[in-house]
Amino acid sequence: MSQSLRTPLMFALVALLFILEGSTQVWIFSGSWNSSITILNMALISAVMALGVNLQWGYAGLFNVGIMGFVALGGLATVLVSMPPTPGAWGAGGFRIVAGLVMGAATILLMVWQYKTMAQGRLRGLTMFATLVVGFFVFRWIFDAGVAGVEAINPAQTGYLGGLNPGGPDNYRAHGYMTLLAWPVGGLLAAGAAWLVGKTALGLRSDYLAIATLGIAEIILAVVKNEDWLARGVKNVIGLPRPVPYEVDLQQSAGFAERATTLGLDTTTASTLAVKLSYSMLFTAVLLVLVILAQLSLKSPWGRMMRAIRDNEVAAQAMGKDVTRRHLQIFVLGSALCGLAGAMMTTLDGQLTPGTYQPLRYTFLIWVMVIVGGSGNNLGSVLGAFVIWFFWIQVEPIGNWLMSMVTAGMADGSALKTHLLDSAAHMRLFSMGIILLLVLRFSPQGLIPEK
Amino acid sequence: MDILNALVTLLNFVVIPAMAYGSQLALGALGVTLIYGILRFSNFAHGDSMAFGAMVTILVTWWFQSMGVSIDPLPTALLALPFGIVGTALMLLATDRVVYRFYRRVKAKPIVFVMASMGVMFIMNGVVRFIIGPDDQQFGDGARFIISARDFKAWTGLDEGLAFKTSQGLTIVTAVIVVAALFWFLNRTRTGKSMRAFSDNEDLALLSGINPERVVMITWIIVAGLITIAGTLYGLDKTFKPFTYFQLLLPIFASAIVGGLGSPLGAIAGGFVIAFSEVTVTYAWKKVATYLLPDSLEPSGLVQLMSTDYKFAVSFVILIIVLLFKPTGLFKGQSV
Repeated sequence: MSQSLRTPLMFALVALLFILEGSTQVWIFSGSWNSSITILNMALISAVMALGVNLQWGYAGLFNVGIMGFVALGGLATVLVSMPPTPGAWGAGGFRIVAGLVMGAATILLMVWQYKTMAQGRLRGLTMFATLVVGFFVFRWIFDAGVAGVEAINPAQTGYLGGLNPGGPDNYRAHGYMTLLAWPVGGLLAAGAAWLVGKTALGLRSDYLAIATLGIAEIILAVVKNEDWLARGVKNVIGLPRPVPYEVDLQQSAGFAERATTLGLDTTTASTLAVKLSYSMLFTAVLLVLVILAQLSLKSPWGRMMRAIRDNEVAAQAMGKDVTRRHLQIFVLGSALCGLAGAMMTTLDGQLTPGTYQPLRYTFLIWVMVIVGGSGNNLGSVLGAFVIWFFWIQVEPIGNWLMSMVTAGMADGSALKTHLLDSAAHMRLFSMGIILLLVLRFSPQGLIPEK
Repeated sequence: MDILNALVTLLNFVVIPAMAYGSQLALGALGVTLIYGILRFSNFAHGDSMAFGAMVTILVTWWFQSMGVSIDPLPTALLALPFGIVGTALMLLATDRVVYRFYRRVKAKPIVFVMASMGVMFIMNGVVRFIIGPDDQQFGDGARFIISARDFKAWTGLDEGLAFKTSQGLTIVTAVIVVAALFWFLNRTRTGKSMRAFSDNEDLALLSGINPERVVMITWIIVAGLITIAGTLYGLDKTFKPFTYFQLLLPIFASAIVGGLGSPLGAIAGGFVIAFSEVTVTYAWKKVATYLLPDSLEPSGLVQLMSTDYKFAVSFVILIIVLLFKPTGLFKGQSV
C-alpha cells in the first residue's frame, strides 16, 4: 500500500476507535462520549510529547529517557505562572531563597573559573574544594532560613512562594489566560534543563546520554517533590485557574441550558462535555501548529542536514557540520516540546501532583508510542500516541475480559481465580512490553514508516 | 570516651550500612559490566530482572517456610537462593533466545539492543507485579542481629550502641565469596579466559575458535547468579518492593560507569564509591559532631548535607563528574 493512502487510512481507523468508544457498549467500549473525550485529551498531549521525542530520536538518533523530568518541569511552570503569589511569602524569605540560589550558582561558576584559569596540580584541587565547602555552607545558611520563612506561612493551604497571577488569592480564577501563558514558559524551563544536560552528556557515547537523562529526570522529580517552598511538593497544588469556562458557570447560563436542551442533553452532562471539548480544541490547535512546523522543518535544508548527521555522523562531520552543536540544538528543542506538553497536562488536570509521576508511565510509554508509530515520521509518532494511549486505557477492560474468559471454568472463590482477576490491572505494562518487542522485531519501521 | 562513642556512631550509621549497600551495588554493577563487555549494550531491564530473581527466591523461601524447613539462625532465603538462580538463569536465557539473539544475528546497533531491553523491562515489571503484586513483601527470618545494640552497650559500657544485622553481615560475606569466585573463574578457567578474550576483541576471539553463543550463554548464567544474589540480599537488608528495584537501576549504572564499563574491578570500586558517598552526604552528622566538638561549638541543626530524598542526585553528580573528567571511568573501561 502506498504511503499516501496508508496514512489517512490509519488515522481513520484510530478515529473509528474513538467513535466506537463514545457510541457503543459492545466488548470493551464503554459507550460514553465523556470517556472517549477524556482519552482523546490525554492522547493529544501524549502526541505532543511523542513529537518531541521523535525530533530527538527520529531526526537525530538521540536516546532521551528523561521525558518524565521535562514533563514535570512543564507542570512546575504552570504552577509558577498561573497561581497567585502567596501574600507575604516574598517578604518572609522569598528573596532570601533567590539570594541563596544565586550564591549557589556563583559558587559553581567560581569553581569552573578556577578550573579553567589555574594551573593543573594540587593547589587547584584544594582551592576548588575549599570554594565548594565554603560556598555550600554559605548557600545553606542563606537558603535554609528563607525556606523556613516561606514554608511557615499557612502550611496547610499555601506554604509556598506562589506564582505570578495578578488576580491575587481571591480573584485569581478570573485570570485563566495565565495558564496559557505558562505553556511556553514550561517549554523554556525544560529547554534550559535540557541545555545543561546536553552540554555535559552529548558528544559522549549514546548510552551515556540515556543514563544521564534517566538521572536528571529523577533529580528534577526529587526537587519538585521535596522543595515545598517551590510548589508544595507532595502536598500538591490544587485548583489551578483554567483557560476554559467552569462547568458551574455554564450550567447557570440560560443560553447554554437552552442549547443543551435542543441537542437533547441534560445541562450537567452538556457542561462536562463542553469543558472537555474546549480543552480538546485548544490541544488540537497546539498539536496542529507543531505538526506543521515539524513537517516544514523536516523538508527544509535543516531537516535534511539533521538526517544526514543521523545516518552518517562521520560523513556529515567531513562536510563541515558541527555534529555536537546540532545534537544539542535538537535535544533542547525536543525537550522543550515535552515541557510544553507537561504544562498542558497540568492545565488539564487542574493540579500538580508530583507523587504520581512515574518513569514507566511518562518516559517509557512515550517511547513505545514513538516506536510503534514509526520513528522519523512526525505523523507516525502522533498516530502512535493515539493508538498506544487508547490501548493503555483500554488494556484494563481487555484484561478483565481476558481474565474472565480464562477463569470461566474455575470454581468461584478459588484462590487462583481471585488472584488472576485481581492481577488483571498489571496486564498494562506486560502488554506494552510485548507490543514494543513485536514492533521492534517484525516491523521496526512502525505503523507509518519514514519515507 | 567521646572519641570512641563518635567512632561507634560512625560505624553504626555510616560504615556498616554503606558497606552492605556497596556490596549490593557492586554485585549489580558486575552484572551490568559483564553484559556490557560481552553483549555490548546497557541493559535497562537489569533492575527488573533483579526483582524477578528476588521474587523467585522469595516464593521458594515461603514454600520452605510453610514446610518448616529452616537453617536457623541463618535466613531460609539462603537455602532458596540456588533455586532462585536457576529460575532467573532460565528466564534470562529464554529472553536471550526470544529477543536478543535475533539482533545479534543481524548485527543491530547497540541502541536497538537498549530499546529491546526496554521492552523486556516492561514485560519483567508486569510479570513480577502479576505474580507477587506491587507491595512490600516480608521474607526474612532467622536471627535478626549478629551484634545487637543493647548487648554491645553492655559489653563495652559505651553510651552508643552498635547494631550489626545478620543481613548486613551476610551481604558482605556473600559479596566477598561471590566476587572471589567470579575473579577466579574469569582469570583461571578456560571458559573465563575465553569470555575475557571475547570482551577484549570479538573478531580475534571468533578467529581463534571461541563459540560466541556459548560465551553469551555463560554470561547470562553468571549474570543471573549475580543479580539474584544482589536482589535477595537487598530484599533481606531493606525490603522487597518491585518499584525500588527499578529505581536501583540508576545507582547501579552509575557504579558501573564510575568504575569503567566493562571492567569487573571497576564495578566493585564504583559500587563502594557510590554507596559511601550516598550515605555520607545524606547522613545527619549531628551526633558525631556533638561527641567530637567542644560543647561551645555544638551544632544546632542536623548537619545533614542533603536530605535523604536526594540520594539519587548524589550518584548522578558523581556520574557526571566522572563522565566529564574521566569518561573511561576510574579503572580504564571501554569507551566507544
